[in-house]
Amino acid sequence: MTTAPRTLFDKLWDSHVVTTRADGETLLWVDRHFVHEGSHHAFRKLDERNAKVAEPALTFGIADHYVPTRGRPAIADAEVAGMVDRLSANAVRHGFRLIGLDDPEQGIVHVVGPELGLTLPGLLVVCGDSHTSTHGAFGTYAFGIGASEVAHVLMTQTLWQRKPKRMRITVTGALGPHVSAKDLALHVIATVGVNGAQGHVVEYAGPAIAGLSMEARQTLCNMSIEAGARCAVIAPDEATFAWVRGRRHAPTSDTLDAALAIWHTLVTDPGAVFDREMEIDASAIAPMVTWGVSPEDAAPISGYVPVLQASDPVRASYLSDAFTYMGLTPGMALTDIAINRVFIGSCTNARLEDLRAAAAVLRGRRARIPGLVSPGSSAVKRAAEAEGIDQVFTDAGLEWADPGCSMCVGMNGDRLAPGERCASTTNRNFRGRQGPGGRTHLMSPAMAAAAAVTGHLTDVRTLPVLEG
Amino acid sequence: MQPFTKLHGVACPLALASVDTDQLIPARFMVRSRSDGYGGYLLHDLRFAADGEKNGAFVLDLPRYAGAKVLVAAGSFGTGSSREAAVYALWDYGIRCVIASSFGDIFTSNATKNGLLAAVVAEPALTVLLGHLAAADSPALGVDLAQQVITSGSLSVGFEVDPARRLQLLNGWDDIDLTLRYSAEIEAYKGALLARQPWRLLHA
Ligand code: SF4
Repeated sequence: MTTAPRTLFDKLWDSHVVTTRADGETLLWVDRHFVHEGSHHAFRKLDERNAKVAEPALTFGIADHYVPTRGRPAIADAEVAGMVDRLSANAVRHGFRLIGLDDPEQGIVHVVGPELGLTLPGLLVVCGDSHTSTHGAFGTYAFGIGASEVAHVLMTQTLWQRKPKRMRITVTGALGPHVSAKDLALHVIATVGVNGAQGHVVEYAGPAIAGLSMEARQTLCNMSIEAGARCAVIAPDEATFAWVRGRRHAPTSDTLDAALAIWHTLVTDPGAVFDREMEIDASAIAPMVTWGVSPEDAAPISGYVPVLQASDPVRASYLSDAFTYMGLTPGMALTDIAINRVFIGSCTNARLEDLRAAAAVLRGRRARIPGLVSPGSSAVKRAAEAEGIDQVFTDAGLEWADPGCSMCVGMNGDRLAPGERCASTTNRNFRGRQGPGGRTHLMSPAMAAAAAVTGHLTDVRTLPVLEG
Repeated sequence: MQPFTKLHGVACPLALASVDTDQLIPARFMVRSRSDGYGGYLLHDLRFAADGEKNGAFVLDLPRYAGAKVLVAAGSFGTGSSREAAVYALWDYGIRCVIASSFGDIFTSNATKNGLLAAVVAEPALTVLLGHLAAADSPALGVDLAQQVITSGSLSVGFEVDPARRLQLLNGWDDIDLTLRYSAEIEAYKGALLARQPWRLLHA
């Protein structure tokens, strides 16, 4: 029997089909479901039906969006405390594991899931959070869902989906020094557009991807949602298997061989057809920053804020609104943009490798501006402290805090003041995302550290190398 | 779920591109219970100044668009965060249909599950619609989902919607009731997993 060549995604899809309706809507099995404080609307839907959680053993609650990053466990704001308490109450009532505020594994869901080996190649992972695409770095079919879908998964452990189109982005060459997966991601978004990959699952392939660490792959898959892709996947390889092996919930000796036999098949077959193909030369990518209010408003640090083009009125009005909000002059050099805050954190860029990259720039230097560093998880925090990285940040004058979503979304109260301008390692520079009136410039950890040192957007490659 | 068949109502030309879900409802309001309604938070930071005063100049707040049931935006509507609260804010405000040239995937899914229609109208028809509304004496549109057409006076514009979503909206189907009919298939799938890939069930 011969079968048509399939893409990696086709294989992930096929292996989760419970049933397909005549109209193409397909019921998929969900292997892991992460819920967080924001999932309360979904639990209310269960209550309305008097329903139970179908598979509590495959459901994991993680407190991250609303948790404090300072002065734990106290939560000053009663509404915020209510969010954290409600998740705990739902975990107790429905009998699923909670990785709560006081848990030694607590952290951001997209950092903790892989750390605990809950995220594995070949699984289908969902969470009521769009950056669930992060887990695709492990050859996992992972995507964000809304509250109604969260309720559906809670009640049935399945989800109706229609098969997305497939897009492959082949990245050749290699990233240069101080150029990271974040820069690659921003380059992709600027090229494809903020909704340009809508309806597609993106497979990243090519030598530059194979050369990325697991942390970097997570950063890249994380940001794919900002190009409109529902999810991203990278074929698991030896680096993936090595990373996964021995994690708390990863298969052990008895089943590991059987799992590996399947995981090794999770590659795109030669001759498999994609709906869209794109090629990128990694060696041509420079450190990137955003200047506007959408992640596609990104440019190499050597570039300029765009000028208004009268020929396209819709674009011109978008730009002039963006310039007003961001307080920018058309045509100004990006390196002339002065910064007054720095935030290093989020599920995009708060893993150990990210903190090391920022610390490498800050070691022996002082930040000119205040800033906050929030590691992605408690495990990352412990590892960083064991290396003395926390000391590098505090010596530079930045605040070293506890893990959580923090200033990525401002739900816990870590916010920019109106008009404050932040060099941020997060994923969204939407208006008000980091606080009403706050101005966000997205960049890599090394670039955020460089901005902290100089007080303006800076090409990290131009900072003098410090002796010692 | 309330079925969506036809509606006729005031339509507001929002005309903005890339209205992400952080704009539709800023995160800080999501701690609130929905029992009081999320309509007041819709597009909050575009409509209200920092001191909480309504600036009044935002298009949705112009008296001629009071009671809007339809919102006509530009491209990339509802991108970003998966927050279904963005749909709740629209719904609780009274919006039943959003028209745009493209939508964020998760937004469209969330909208459908709440009975709100995300209708895709490509350019240049979208610009025609926007212009028509801005100039009309009483800015209103009719939306007919069965016929997939938007009308206003002599103007008639077709729109696109995914066929499965269209059926779900027309019938007001609830996903969960539908899925429970497949309980046997779900059990069989799980049984096969347990036999062959137990690690997927965390039995290992
Ligand atoms: S860090 Fe930001 S993007 Fe990531 S899960 Fe938290 S809020 Fe979402």
